[in-house]
Amino acid sequence: MDRLHLGQHISQQFNTELAALTKQVLAMGGLVEAQLALALEALAARDLRQVAHVVAREEEVNAAELEIDARCTQILARRQPAASDLRLVLAVVRMVANLERIGDEAERIARIAEKLGGAELAEHYGVKLAQMGSLVRDQLRGTLDTFARMDETRALEWLRRDREVDVLYKELTALLVALMQRESDRVPAALEFLWCARALERIGDRCKNICEQVIYLVRGQDVRHTGLSRSAAPLPREN
Amino acid sequence: MSRLRLAGADGLQPMPGGLLDGLELALQARALSLHYAERRVLDQISLSVPRRRITALIGPSGCGKSSLLRCFNRLNDEIADCRMDGEVQVLGVDAYAADVSVPDLRRRVGMVFQKPNPFPQSVGENVAFGLRLAGLRSRLELDDRVETALRAAGLWDEVRDRLDDSALRLSAGQQQRLVIARALAVEPEVLLMDEPASMLDPISTLRLEELMVALRERYSVLLVTHNMQQAARVADYTAYMQDGRVLEFDTTDRIFTNPRLRGTEDYITGKL
Repeated sequence: MDRLHLGQHISQQFNTELAALTKQVLAMGGLVEAQLALALEALAARDLRQVAHVVAREEEVNAAELEIDARCTQILARRQPAASDLRLVLAVVRMVANLERIGDEAERIARIAEKLGGAELAEHYGVKLAQMGSLVRDQLRGTLDTFARMDETRALEWLRRDREVDVLYKELTALLVALMQRESDRVPAALEFLWCARALERIGDRCKNICEQVIYLVRGQDVRHTGLSRSAAPLPREN
Repeated sequence: MSRLRLAGADGLQPMPGGLLDGLELALQARALSLHYAERRVLDQISLSVPRRRITALIGPSGCGKSSLLRCFNRLNDEIADCRMDGEVQVLGVDAYAADVSVPDLRRRVGMVFQKPNPFPQSVGENVAFGLRLAGLRSRLELDDRVETALRAAGLWDEVRDRLDDSALRLSAGQQQRLVIARALAVEPEVLLMDEPASMLDPISTLRLEELMVALRERYSVLLVTHNMQQAARVADYTAYMQDGRVLEFDTTDRIFTNPRLRGTEDYITGKL
């Protein structure tokens, strides 16, 4: 965790504050991961009890976001951090906003599961969606892991793996559109599938945003809007 | 952290290439070393200070910041057993050349110290001091130059009715701005500031910082400070010094968000 030597300040109190901050972010990440897992279970098994769990966790996630934001505000006001300390606080503020939105998307998936009830489409649609869900779960876990390890190389790998999710999303969208054109009575269920796929694709994008923040935190380079995810180039060299 | 480099580990230059391209230089040190008797306090320093910008020197106590500052207006000349090697240029001219007049150099390179040091005279006389020394006698012209300097130092409105009062009755913040007015009166080109706000309260400090930023329009400022936030607030460029060497020189934005060296990072973030 301490590749940035965050625990080596002369002020022990500051070390404690930063350690608590990163721990809280990882705890919030854990909450969101569990929320997504439950939402995907609810979807796969149409298990409506899980839906309630997902919704209940949303409040915890929101509370965590507020608490972490407040902690960051305090650190900025009281410590006036610089360099890696400053980047940590900025990255955390942006990361938790993305985590909170991932929680929202998980809740959306759970509610879709509730709506779908027993409505089924042919098996391969469900398989494709489950495949996407599994990929996004891995992406979220891997993304949080790069933050825990402050590993910008792995962050770049996960950032690029979002393309796999995008490919699946496009394939599934094309399948569902074709289905809706063919069988109009399937449109309501197909639309719900489509919203679900869209939510998963959004989660992938949010993970990508978090990976960008890990790179910023460790390297001090802002790689947003640089097309890095579409290229195979290594991280730009520092001057 | 693996990303940050150790000074000298891979021949990293203190200043990224091209950083000061297109800027005129106010001060330049080349291979500058300074010894107090046998003790080496500056070690082969190369530093360029751009004109009409504020450059901050930061670093731990005893790293040589003040000694370096004093090389630029030859204040170290006053210290017995002090030996300097290397080259110092002020506005493109060798400051240690045989034909350089030291009083003239010090007029062009003014200095403000940590502790405000007004003379035990009136406010007006303090500002007029250097002008009288330079031979100015005309009362009208003196008054005019005193007012201009006090305005430039942001003090005129506070002392216009107290020009005959003793300078020692001013507050510490006002005294420091008075000292700056005294330096400005002789129309220097460079201002060296050695922890000018360390004795001031926060409001006076902010006033002084505002003044520094305003002075940048006409003057080149080299500022030694222990206050990281002050360097971050006012300086365009920042040099990090350690053990008598300039290890890193870059824009202040870069130094305070993403320094290249581990030593700089540790110093500004308060790490061991």
